[in-house]
Amino acid sequence: MDPEKLKERVLTLAPEAELEENKQFLTFFIPAGKLHTTALRLKEEEDTAFDYLFCQSGSDMGKYLMVVYHLESTKLHHELVIKVKTEDRDNPAFDSVCDIWRTAEFHEREIFDLLGIRFNNHPDLRRIFLDENWVGHPLRKDYQDEVNIVEL
Amino acid sequence: MASNIYDNFVSAITQWIHNGLYHVLPPFWALMAELTIIGLVFLVFYALVGLFLVYAERKVCAFMQNRVGPNRVGPYGIFQTIADFIKLLMKELVTIKNSDKLLFNLAPFIVIIASFMAIAAIPFAKGLDAIDFDIGILYVIAVSSLGVVGVLLAGWSSNNKYSLIGAMRSGAQIISYELSVGLSLLTIIILAGTMQFSAIVQGQEYGWFIFRGHIPAMIAFVIFLIASTAETNRGPFDLAEAESELTAGFHTEYSGIKFAFFFLAEYMNMFIVASIAATVFLGGWMPFHVSGWTGFNQVMDYIPPSIWYIGKTGFIIFLMMLFKWTFPRLRIDQLLTLEWKYLLPINLFNILLMSFIVLMGWHF
Amino acid sequence: MKEVIHTPVPSVEEEEYHINMGPQHPSTHGVLRLVVSLQGEIVKSLKPHCGYIHRGMEKMCEKDTYPQIIHLTDRMDYLSAHINNHAVCLLVENALQIEVPERVKYIRTIMDELTRIQSHQLWWASFGMDLGGLTCFFYGLRDREKILDIWEETTGARFLQSYYTPGGLMWDIHPDFQKKTKEFLKYFRKKIRDYEKILSGNVIFRERSRNVGIMTKEEAVSYGVTGPSGRGSGFSCDVRKHHPYALYDKVDFKEILYQEGDTLARYMVRMDEMYESMHIIDQLIDNIPQGDFSAKMKAVIKLPAGEYYQRVETARGALGLYCISDGNKTPYRLKFRTPSFSNLSALDHISRGFKIADLVAIGGSLDLVIPDIDR
Repeated sequence: MDPEKLKERVLTLAPEAELEENKQFLTFFIPAGKLHTTALRLKEEEDTAFDYLFCQSGSDMGKYLMVVYHLESTKLHHELVIKVKTEDRDNPAFDSVCDIWRTAEFHEREIFDLLGIRFNNHPDLRRIFLDENWVGHPLRKDYQDEVNIVEL
Repeated sequence: MASNIYDNFVSAITQWIHNGLYHVLPPFWALMAELTIIGLVFLVFYALVGLFLVYAERKVCAFMQNRVGPNRVGPYGIFQTIADFIKLLMKELVTIKNSDKLLFNLAPFIVIIASFMAIAAIPFAKGLDAIDFDIGILYVIAVSSLGVVGVLLAGWSSNNKYSLIGAMRSGAQIISYELSVGLSLLTIIILAGTMQFSAIVQGQEYGWFIFRGHIPAMIAFVIFLIASTAETNRGPFDLAEAESELTAGFHTEYSGIKFAFFFLAEYMNMFIVASIAATVFLGGWMPFHVSGWTGFNQVMDYIPPSIWYIGKTGFIIFLMMLFKWTFPRLRIDQLLTLEWKYLLPINLFNILLMSFIVLMGWHF
Repeated sequence: MKEVIHTPVPSVEEEEYHINMGPQHPSTHGVLRLVVSLQGEIVKSLKPHCGYIHRGMEKMCEKDTYPQIIHLTDRMDYLSAHINNHAVCLLVENALQIEVPERVKYIRTIMDELTRIQSHQLWWASFGMDLGGLTCFFYGLRDREKILDIWEETTGARFLQSYYTPGGLMWDIHPDFQKKTKEFLKYFRKKIRDYEKILSGNVIFRERSRNVGIMTKEEAVSYGVTGPSGRGSGFSCDVRKHHPYALYDKVDFKEILYQEGDTLARYMVRMDEMYESMHIIDQLIDNIPQGDFSAKMKAVIKLPAGEYYQRVETARGALGLYCISDGNKTPYRLKFRTPSFSNLSALDHISRGFKIADLVAIGGSLDLVIPDIDR
């Protein structure tokens, strides 16, 4: 589907989405509450068919925490990026999309481990790289660690 | 009757010792002394052959893998195995908590004893064997089956999940393949008409059984090779000690001299099955004769029978080493399928075929 | 505030027991711990525990300049070192809209394909060894040494070269490079027949790998399994075909797809890919144009503010770099989407119901490199 039509289609599926201009892929911000329903519809609708989540990443943007989903359709060969954000730094939580794309299981564990963002309805949310009793989330911008990080 | 110029050599020595002992000591003690001497000779032979085989395996393996093998310890690395055994002797014997100490210590000895008893019956030259039962083959098969008891005891008493899995796999494998070994030997017994080793070798005077029995004997030979490789946990059937899967299988918890016993017993078992194959199928110490070509036969007779024997055994050992270093490993269920669904029916059919051929006289 | 997360204890049924494979284990190819829940010999489920070689690369990248990041990516999937470097270079070049000279593109493509061949050689060597054919290890590594020698002559290092820089290469290729590469191709075309005779044609190997560890195409897409592991299930995901870079849109090569999705299919994909890589190099090696080995770049590289995503095809699958830049000389956030991470997530699902021996074969066929998972 060409980008204009795709833009229209996504806006019909998720009316509260905000378009971000001038990005490499068609990018939308989705409100956190609507994440799961929008993602499910994006996968299941015949004309969008986003069945391949090729990257799920989280970042600490200073004012807010963000999770970015890069989607692609193997049948229709178009790509889309959806983002969710939250300003709550103490208890950030989004809905998990593991039941839609199985690859999210590991990616969400990594985001939880390194950024502290929880995912609701995740089957097994625990740290993946760091020790079970590690304190803190290293990828956050305000993470301090005198032992392991050497500031030059 | 092929009279060999080497025939009297061995009996001359044994007679001299026998007379000497009976001359000096009372009969009972002379007998005891004789038995001790035979036992010691066999022990030394056992140890030496084991050492040599370990070295040979490493060199053959290196040759197949495009590298050199041991070449530092002694000229061409011939003292490598001695160095290895000294190292093993000096290792700490780790005792495990909660293991059954008696069985744990007993297991390696059972394995050694089983292979030791089997080697006593194999003739290396005319008259050169410790015992010559008239049920020789039956004795050898029976006694080498004792080895599986040692393997199971080792796995059980180690108190270790991995060892237990390895021992169970190994036990199932050995017991299944004993059938094939026995049946393929039975095929040759039908052709030879006797189970006594010396009679079997003598019967191959005018041609080795593998040629005289043509098709069924060749099939039996192939099956015997496959089954005996599986019996001794070697080659593509070595999942009991599959290093890449479950560390070292049933002998994971053994260290030092006890591990050396398992290691040695494996190589000696390989030697024993190779000897049995060489004796039963390829003529043992009998040189290569073709019936009718007396001139050729006399030339063949000049090579000492022990050299023939060692050559044939060596050839089969080389084949077994080739198997191990070339093929990937079979899984346990594929291994058992191979035995019960393929080898066993072929074996039974082969026995029928051989009986038919012997009855009709269609062998050479 | 302290957060202690309790690991959920898996439910233990009767006759089920747990075995720990690793982190030091001959067949997990690196430091990976698998807690396998078995019933007899059958695998009921398995939980991978990673993180033994987690070095915090993504955090390090936030303080490193772009040329420095190239050295970090080498160490991520060390068998596809060149391709990882290529990803960073392309990220910078596409963001700054720099056109690299043709010569650079030729050399980069040839180096990438040599990387793919040597990675598959090492994979074949260790796969054969895991299954019990110990000789395969020596044959595979012997032939791989030829490629490492070629690299040592040109770049100075056998293993982690960091030869590409944003804008081009660090220095020009050695004068003997083309001759030696052509000799290698001639040599390897004969040797690869040996590989096929030893493993591919061997009945024991075929029985061990046919119908073992089956992954359907939908599962491959859902788990994000890319690379030869995904293409063995019919998932067409070759980045070189779908989003071409360097010279991949100008050379002729096939994307290898098999439909069965078992271990044998994944094996055959890699064997065929070695042929395809040799074919690509054949087309390029004689035609390297003269020219500069690098475009003119500023001394300090700063990416304009924005988000960039760059994809390349490593020997293991699709590597993705997602960069959020705020205009400085270091990225604000750099995320590595590594292929082995997603491939590992499928291991649990596809090995259920098979035996331990099969687990080794399945793990080997997925070709996991642990530093790629842990970064």
